Amino acid sequence: MTEPQTRQLHETPLVEIHRALGAKLIDFAGWLMPVQYAGILEEHRAVRQRAGLFDLSHMGELFVEGPEAGAALAAALVTDPPSLAVGRAHYSMMATPSGGIVDDLIVYRLGDERFLVVANASNAGAVSDALVERLAGFKAVLDDRSLATALVAVQGPASAPIAQRLTDVDLTGLRYYGILETNVAGIPALVARTGYTGEDGFEMFVEWGSALDLWSALTEAGRDAGLAPVGLGARDTLRLEAGMPLYGNELDTTTNPFEAGLGRVVKLDKAGDFVGRTALEKIARDGIAKRLVGLVVRGRGIARHGYPVWADGRRTGTVTSGTQSPSLGAPIAMAYVAPGDGEPGTILDVEIREQRVPAEVVALPFYRRPA
Amino acid sequence: MVPTDLRYTKDHEWVRVDGDEATIGITKYAADQLGDIVFVELPDAGRVLEARAPFGVVESVKAVSDLFAPLGGEVVEANAALAGQPELVNSEPYGAGWMIKVRVADAGDIDDLLDAAAYDALISEG
Repeated sequence: MTEPQTRQLHETPLVEIHRALGAKLIDFAGWLMPVQYAGILEEHRAVRQRAGLFDLSHMGELFVEGPEAGAALAAALVTDPPSLAVGRAHYSMMATPSGGIVDDLIVYRLGDERFLVVANASNAGAVSDALVERLAGFKAVLDDRSLATALVAVQGPASAPIAQRLTDVDLTGLRYYGILETNVAGIPALVARTGYTGEDGFEMFVEWGSALDLWSALTEAGRDAGLAPVGLGARDTLRLEAGMPLYGNELDTTTNPFEAGLGRVVKLDKAGDFVGRTALEKIARDGIAKRLVGLVVRGRGIARHGYPVWADGRRTGTVTSGTQSPSLGAPIAMAYVAPGDGEPGTILDVEIREQRVPAEVVALPFYRRPA
Repeated sequence: MVPTDLRYTKDHEWVRVDGDEATIGITKYAADQLGDIVFVELPDAGRVLEARAPFGVVESVKAVSDLFAPLGGEVVEANAALAGQPELVNSEPYGAGWMIKVRVADAGDIDDLLDAAAYDALISEG
């Protein structure tokens, strides 16, 4: 397969490694990224059974600093970052004034006056621009270091022993959604216990120029444990199994957090105004017009993005994401449907090439890692 | 070099001719391009195919692709193994991953197919 035109695409520091590993490279959000190496199913299983290594350097890293950094972010986002202890993080969203979603994010508190906001690659520019606007009037500044910061993730049950080999800090002390600053293989890094797979794992932020050394060190440290390079294809099947939304599929400026089942992320009880507050309060009061559900197809066929969903011959909604689940051995999907049709156990029909195939509404996530 | 005893289409199907019966599948090149195949939809026996018209679907993890009939004729058999083991198309594209057997309606359709050398040339340009 020929690579997409590379002239206009951003490249991460690891692109030559991906080529050397035989990756299929694609244009993703304007970046030349590996969609797969050995194969999506094999990579998916590697993460569920052992560990996978991901290049996520295309994502946006936005540092917000200053005496009012927390307050500024509380006004800019739907969550309450000042409530985070130093070294803790939470999942968040940036809303539009009408309650739609600009991006879903993770906010990490690095210090009393220092936060890191991580944005999706496709929205990093929009989030950065919006933060500049929304921080105006607060004693806080934005330092967009997206092109100076590389991100490498290790995800899977074997992640902790692999990462521990490369750092002196005791990682058993780093809880899920925690972050600390340390050295990994001698490289200064922010190490966060976060991820997009439903497995244990670490996301490591380093200077752009250190990405190669970090990737190599992790590859070596993970060799005995069967650490495998994993691309964006398996990243998508893993997150879908874990019930995690993908911006552009489940979330966009026309969907609101309540419809997406993420109402608990919106902190309406925090002090102070925030962008989207009025609209989101109204939605919380009036109720939602559609809801995001999980579906397991019970007939033959794979439900995919855009396929219609029917309830007793009535059009009820549309599939937002779908694939064959390697862990379940069945086709899974997320879809927006009429709220009344979304109770787990309900049998709906997904239209696959003009055939209506039964699918059962299930509670998310589809997959939970073993305790 | 692709198997020399087969004929090919520019849509990456292969054809093995045995008397008036043709076995049809997709090439290794196509399977590699698609990636891991997770679903194959094939016509039932008895269905009459038209040359160059779509006859089924092959799905990888990420995408859905049409299958195009290399020639016209009646479907004699569809490979039942692919329902439970779609990955055979990746592992044995010319063998156990075969898709359909067709009784050829017009032998002239076979002459229109590419030989191995022509198909190799096609895929090395890509």
